Amino acid sequence: MKIKQLSVFLENKPGTLSAPCRLLAKAGINIQTCSLADTREFGILRLVVEDTDKAKRLLQRNGFAVKVTDVIALEVADEPGGLAAILDALEGTGINVEYAYSLTGRTKNGHALLLFRFSDPNAALQVLKERNINTVGSEELSRRLKG
Amino acid sequence: MNMSKNREIPPMHPASAVDFLPPAQLRDVQFTRLKDMVQRAFDHVPLFRKRMDGQKLKPSDLRTLDDIVKLPFTVKTDLRDTYPFGLCASPMSEIVRFHASSGTTGKPIVVAYTQEDLNDWTRAVLRSLAACGVHNGDIVQVAYGYGLFTGGLGLHYGAEALGASVIPISGGNTDRQIMLMKDFGVTVVCCTPSYFLHLIDRATEMGINLKELPLRTGVFGAEPWTEDMRERIEAGSDIKAYDIYGLSEIVGPGVAMECVHQSGPHIFEDLFFPEVIDPKTLEPLPDGMEGELVLTTLCKRAMPMLRYRTRDITALEPTRCACGRTLRRIKRIGRRSDDMLIIRGVNLFPSQIEAALLKVEGTLPHYQIIVDRQKDLDTLEVQVEVTADAFSDTVSAMEQMKKRLAHSIEGITGLRPAVKLVAPRTLQRSEGKAKRVIDKRIM
Repeated sequence: MKIKQLSVFLENKPGTLSAPCRLLAKAGINIQTCSLADTREFGILRLVVEDTDKAKRLLQRNGFAVKVTDVIALEVADEPGGLAAILDALEGTGINVEYAYSLTGRTKNGHALLLFRFSDPNAALQVLKERNINTVGSEELSRRLKG
Repeated sequence: MNMSKNREIPPMHPASAVDFLPPAQLRDVQFTRLKDMVQRAFDHVPLFRKRMDGQKLKPSDLRTLDDIVKLPFTVKTDLRDTYPFGLCASPMSEIVRFHASSGTTGKPIVVAYTQEDLNDWTRAVLRSLAACGVHNGDIVQVAYGYGLFTGGLGLHYGAEALGASVIPISGGNTDRQIMLMKDFGVTVVCCTPSYFLHLIDRATEMGINLKELPLRTGVFGAEPWTEDMRERIEAGSDIKAYDIYGLSEIVGPGVAMECVHQSGPHIFEDLFFPEVIDPKTLEPLPDGMEGELVLTTLCKRAMPMLRYRTRDITALEPTRCACGRTLRRIKRIGRRSDDMLIIRGVNLFPSQIEAALLKVEGTLPHYQIIVDRQKDLDTLEVQVEVTADAFSDTVSAMEQMKKRLAHSIEGITGLRPAVKLVAPRTLQRSEGKAKRVIDKRIM
């Protein structure tokens, strides 16, 4: 199951992060999770929200450069070796982890949720399925975050 | 309202007949007018008389049209030095209009018109619009600035004289421009090409697709633009983009205009005599050779201009256009000798940066060139707005793009720039002319 992630281009200077966040807040769009990548002069804000299309339209209308990318949410056992087990599964497949970040909190069954941006999301899904590693879709994600 | 584009070509407008004069007849007209004009300039403008006296040249020494090369040049600073009325050849009782261009250093450049001058200008703009297929029944949105700038009023009167329905909206207020364009079913828009690109972007943001509107023709000028920009404009709005050329020192827009073949603006040679010279030696160059465009007004009364150096770099096309006009064409003006920057001893034109940015896939040329000097060394920074197409969610892809842009610029200009990616719509947008270069160096 893939999840839609929004990326927003920001200049690396004070105040630029608040503009998109305020827009989403006003429109009542909840940010489920986010991460911020930074370089000296620009940053990339990555967001997972409930209504991706609405958020995308809103940000674009207000002049932001926005991109939608597929990411995969994985359950990772919250114990030593939890993340290593997932990376082992991808070993030798040529699939690259471009970046990953975690969702806040942990799920009821003692797992942490991590979002992965793979170089080839479809191939990654195939490999994960073969290894019986559980992925979490957007509806499931919403439910867990609320529950 | 019918929202489809009607591209039927209208029958030739009677005023366009002059565009097709046999060359020998055209030369006769030019020579007769030149002699009269030089006599008036000599009689009424002290600067012109002084310069001709200095060369021991009398109006009667003009024996053929080719003798025009004997006349002294006029340059922009002559207008500044004689501010405001020093180059006027008509008494104030005959002058009915002034225009002025914003000067970068204090005083503006002032130009004056008699009623006859305005009539000639209106006719030149009418012929310009007719040449690219605009006709009675068209709804023309004039989004050039009205006022001292020649763009707005110039296009306005020409379009009215053609019998088109004119919307004198002037520049700026982009959302309203787009609203009227849609609600009125505008078929022709007149503005700067960079402003139209801005209109396309804004319309998209507003959820309006210009391709689905009746708009079919753009009359674009007042700044140099490239063939790539034309392609982007046409692809983004499904209109035909035509280049109108002019400068207020000569008359305003309507000195030259592209016909439906879009192969370079035809100069209205019965009104404005073109030459191309080598800007270093000032020697005339044959047709086909690139150099600085020099224009002589053949009819202007209030402010005749002898061999005015435009600073625009172009060439006179040596071949006849497929439309059959005998009026010669100039090559599209992509650059001005004024725009040239010298950075670390290397000549740089903004159009080269544009070409380099366009070579890198997906990059729209909203850019700004910032030149500075640090520790006696010139620095070149090119700020490029990130677009949705060029944007990636990974830092490595964005860094790659920066490298490709820098590499492309270096390949074309020989200068290694610092490329900086900036957020969309943060660079100064032109409601009029694009501000492409910021030179912070103190020379």
